[in-house]
Amino acid sequence: MAGGAASGGSARTDTYREARHWLLLPSWVVLIFLILIPVLMMLVYSFLTKEFRGGVIWEFSLDAYDQFFFNRGLFGDEPPSIEWTYIAIFWRSIWQAGAATILSLIIGFPTAYFIATRPERIRPMWVFLITVPYWVNLLIRTVSMKFVLRDQGPLNDFLIWSGLIDTPLHIVNTNFAVQLGLFYSYLPFMVLPIYASVERYNFALSEAASDLYAGKWVTLRRILLPAVKPGVIAGCILVFVPSLGSFLAPDLLGGAKNFMIGSLIEEQFKGNAGNWPFGAAASMILLSMVLIILILFARQQAKAEKGGA
Amino acid sequence: MGRRFDIKHVPGFLPVTILCLVVLYAPLLVVTIYSLNDSNSITNWEGVSLRWYADVFTGPEAEKFKLAAWNSFTIAIIAATSATTIATLAATAMVRGGRFRLRTVSFGLISMPLMVPEIVTAVATLIFFNSIGFTRGYTTILLAHIAFCIPFAYMPIAARMQGIEDSYEQAALDLYATKRQAFTRILLPMMVPGIISGYLLAFIISLDDFIITNFVKGAGVETLPTAIFGSVKQGIKPNIMAISTMLLALSILMVTISYFVSKSDKKT
Repeated sequence: MAGGAASGGSARTDTYREARHWLLLPSWVVLIFLILIPVLMMLVYSFLTKEFRGGVIWEFSLDAYDQFFFNRGLFGDEPPSIEWTYIAIFWRSIWQAGAATILSLIIGFPTAYFIATRPERIRPMWVFLITVPYWVNLLIRTVSMKFVLRDQGPLNDFLIWSGLIDTPLHIVNTNFAVQLGLFYSYLPFMVLPIYASVERYNFALSEAASDLYAGKWVTLRRILLPAVKPGVIAGCILVFVPSLGSFLAPDLLGGAKNFMIGSLIEEQFKGNAGNWPFGAAASMILLSMVLIILILFARQQAKAEKGGA
Repeated sequence: MGRRFDIKHVPGFLPVTILCLVVLYAPLLVVTIYSLNDSNSITNWEGVSLRWYADVFTGPEAEKFKLAAWNSFTIAIIAATSATTIATLAATAMVRGGRFRLRTVSFGLISMPLMVPEIVTAVATLIFFNSIGFTRGYTTILLAHIAFCIPFAYMPIAARMQGIEDSYEQAALDLYATKRQAFTRILLPMMVPGIISGYLLAFIISLDDFIITNFVKGAGVETLPTAIFGSVKQGIKPNIMAISTMLLALSILMVTISYFVSKSDKKT
């Protein structure tokens, strides 16, 4: 999301102003047809009637959203009560993504801070080290995590060998395994924005505070933290948002009991048991949640920028 | 008289950083080591051998993996090439096109694949192809990949273009070069490092994608990630660890190239 064009361009000109619409045309065509229209089609599908072998019947219906929020009994004739199954899955996803975010923050903040306070010349090397694993296939990273964590895996072998435990820890197929998997998937997203904000921070300010007899904690809380807060918030969002809709970590590390939104959606489009309108509705609800988070974030960033200027 | 608190050296942050690197790299290292294990089981260590690498190319599943690798690499090459071309043109309009009303909208559109959760894009793309009656297969995977690779190619390219002064192009224009010549002979050659970075990132993103591919691939067409996923569902097998290690090495190699290309360029 940290698009280059958003930051104040140093060499932004209008050399090609006559051609600009032609230059943009290919990206418009591809993205409108393959991203924007599909998302709108998905919105339409969420209001259609389900076809039993997957797919839809073109007939308006609120069944998908009704099924998500209300329970009308086995035959649909009982008075509606709140259906908790899917709300619980969403709630679990929020909780899991939140835990992964906090875990990433605990490890990511000190790391980002440490890197940003190294001599300028070696910082890119550190950043490179942190980002390399992100470019390794997410599936492979998740499988590696499972391999390490499983009952007879290297982690348990090591802990038993070192005498810390006697019997293997069961980590795979728990909530914690999913949190670890999500943490592992998106950790660099936490480190990079925090690093950027700490790097921009003028350390002379804390020296000035210290000269004026501000204590260690006062300096941290009143001078440093407000300056790096935008980076921390950006990092939390960059970890939380993809975690919320993730599929691989809960599917491979969580097992059947630790169902998250991603698996719920995926199930609706697999095989014959699928319910496409319901899957589309669940995707719409997920997308709305993400958009609300992003809008709140954008407004907060705009406010922070205004306050800073 | 206490020592002055040095905010740049917080005790405990170095160990956390080391822990962070261990967490990031240990699983990859462990899989690499165990891919060299000369054993049918993934648990017992029976010495070093390359037999599982040989198994990938000649074993019972070799045909499946070969086909999946062919699909993966051809899709990644075509998708990265298309996305890089589209992104370069778009970046030229965004960075060198002055201020215009559609600029913000265009930027939103380009970043859309980054903001919409991947699983939602997957569902939306599936529904789109289904509603227009497009049979799922190689082509649908390719089209979906071109779309979501665009922002990844766009970011390094736009960043690079912002770093290039337009005085070179202005000089060319003053000497009666056409705009087209200024673009192809001056701007484009200077853009090469950014374009290489963008291309490599788009290539990796395409090669890595599982979720969207899984939704739009249809029956019978597999890429490496979907083939690996199908296999892992029945348990992690040693040949999967060998394939994973090869893919892992390829990704790291490409990111490293991308890093040094942009680094060497900054010096000049």
